[in-house]
Amino acid sequence: MSDQTTTERARPEPIKAVPVRHPGRWVTIAVLAVLAAMFVHLLVTNDNFRWSFIFSSYEDGKRGVMFTGPVLEGLRGTLLLTVTSMAIGIGLGVVLAVMRLSPNKILSSVAFVYTWFFRAVPRLILAILFGNLNILWSRVGFGLPFDKQIGDLFGIDNFNGQFYSIRAADLLAGFVAGMLALGLSEAAYMAEIVRAGLQSVDQGQSEAAVALGMSRFQVLRRIVLPQAMRVIVPPTGNETIAMVKDTSLVAYVPVAGELWFQLNAVSARTFVVFPVLVAAVIWYLIICTVLMIGQFFLERHYGKGYGAVGKAKQRLRDIEVEQGGRIVDSREGS
Amino acid sequence: MTSEMVRADNVHKSFGSLEVLKGIDLVVNSGEVCCVLGPSGSGKSTFLRCINHLEKINAGRITVDGDLIGYRERGGKLHELGEKDVARQRRSIGMVFQRFNLFPHMTVLQNVMEAPCRVKSENKAEVRDRARALLDRVGLSEKTESYPGQLSGGQQQRVAIARALAMRPKLMLFDEPTSALDPELVGEVLDVMKDLARDGMTMVVVTHEIGFAREVGDKLIFMDGGVVVEEGAPRDVIANPQHERTRAFLSKVL
Repeated sequence: MSDQTTTERARPEPIKAVPVRHPGRWVTIAVLAVLAAMFVHLLVTNDNFRWSFIFSSYEDGKRGVMFTGPVLEGLRGTLLLTVTSMAIGIGLGVVLAVMRLSPNKILSSVAFVYTWFFRAVPRLILAILFGNLNILWSRVGFGLPFDKQIGDLFGIDNFNGQFYSIRAADLLAGFVAGMLALGLSEAAYMAEIVRAGLQSVDQGQSEAAVALGMSRFQVLRRIVLPQAMRVIVPPTGNETIAMVKDTSLVAYVPVAGELWFQLNAVSARTFVVFPVLVAAVIWYLIICTVLMIGQFFLERHYGKGYGAVGKAKQRLRDIEVEQGGRIVDSREGS
Repeated sequence: MTSEMVRADNVHKSFGSLEVLKGIDLVVNSGEVCCVLGPSGSGKSTFLRCINHLEKINAGRITVDGDLIGYRERGGKLHELGEKDVARQRRSIGMVFQRFNLFPHMTVLQNVMEAPCRVKSENKAEVRDRARALLDRVGLSEKTESYPGQLSGGQQQRVAIARALAMRPKLMLFDEPTSALDPELVGEVLDVMKDLARDGMTMVVVTHEIGFAREVGDKLIFMDGGVVVEEGAPRDVIANPQHERTRAFLSKVL
């Protein structure tokens, strides 16, 4: 019935209207173009930038400051520090978030106190603090708790219940101290992010999984966490990028094998300040760009079955098809 | 020979000070379809959720196939079951929810395969064949690689039924399986359920579909205010309700 009426009735001419003009856009483009040109001009003409110092050679017979051996070593250290401390942060963060949401009151308050402490202390102070822990203890190790007191109780002098111990100054110097400071502090932030993610998953999901006979761990691992990842990944990307930059704090632990420490060292030796800062800016820009690309693919992976991004794009495409399709259709008709 | 599949004795359930179930008695025999009718807030969904221990009951007892749900009786004392034992009991009780609750990050086939593979550690290839057969049975063999978000409500609910069946349950619980569906999609889900009933599956169905209850049900209970007001063969109860409350409810839904 309705088919007939549509075929009988002639399709009207497609609308050919003059599109709305956007003069504001052209003005903005013009202004921005001028500003961009000014900026480039500034970069190129000011000799104090000393681009050759940065890129080609900073001293006779040496490469540009960005590419000298120690700086590249520092770059490696920065990347390693970012990866390890984020690994600690994410791993511990998930554990803390699960603890926080646990019906066990003791576990949830431990998680709360942890988050409270490590979010309250500035990372720089934390890093220096960890670097100086050997002032408090000369040795760190595993063993029986309260071994000395137990020994005293049974009348044994200098009873040693340590299975394995190491000099604190060896363990907690430099890299490890920086890694622990950054990782433990990151875990507090990650715990909150993961908690938000877990809570964003509909209650019906775990109910359905439990009704199928899945254990609590299976529900978390297979059903809730993968869905929470959609909410967790974007802020974690943010955290990772922040972490790349925060690794520069451990230069004050001090950690020598780190990008900012090494660049700073060059600056101190050559008395050249600004180009070194620019070199640092460029390296951090490069690392963060790579990370953002990684984040894009990770988000796409965990968006499977949802298409939050995909759906938005599809909607745009639908609109285009709707508008474009009609025109093509009517052309065929005429 | 008929055996008791579900038996509820004087079941009570409160949420805080609010008493939702005030002494429910029910027997569902093996192979029977029991429909539970009642206005919203009457406790029918809560009762259904007590059967697989999604809700803990405060008094009374529920057994499924002779198995006391949620507890173990030893020396005249009740011991709460641990997580593992509760999970074991739930394996043989399938549940279908009003809002489907499919896992959105998995394909249809993965949804159906998840529990048999993870919970029962069954052979993957075998499970896949069975999952395909089940999806074929509910008329969705074309959709195995789709994600739930790409399906209509009726299709999603049929996947949810297949997912529950993949665990080879001896009892199926349906919690208003068609209430979240567009009217034209209700039929396809009910058809699958009728097919199940014909195959002899024991089912407890909370529903507002009077027609389904009359056609498929072996037993109908009408709940209101946390008690069973009326109970009997669906035809009798629907055609000739004995209680004022039942009459008033049926006159509104029919």
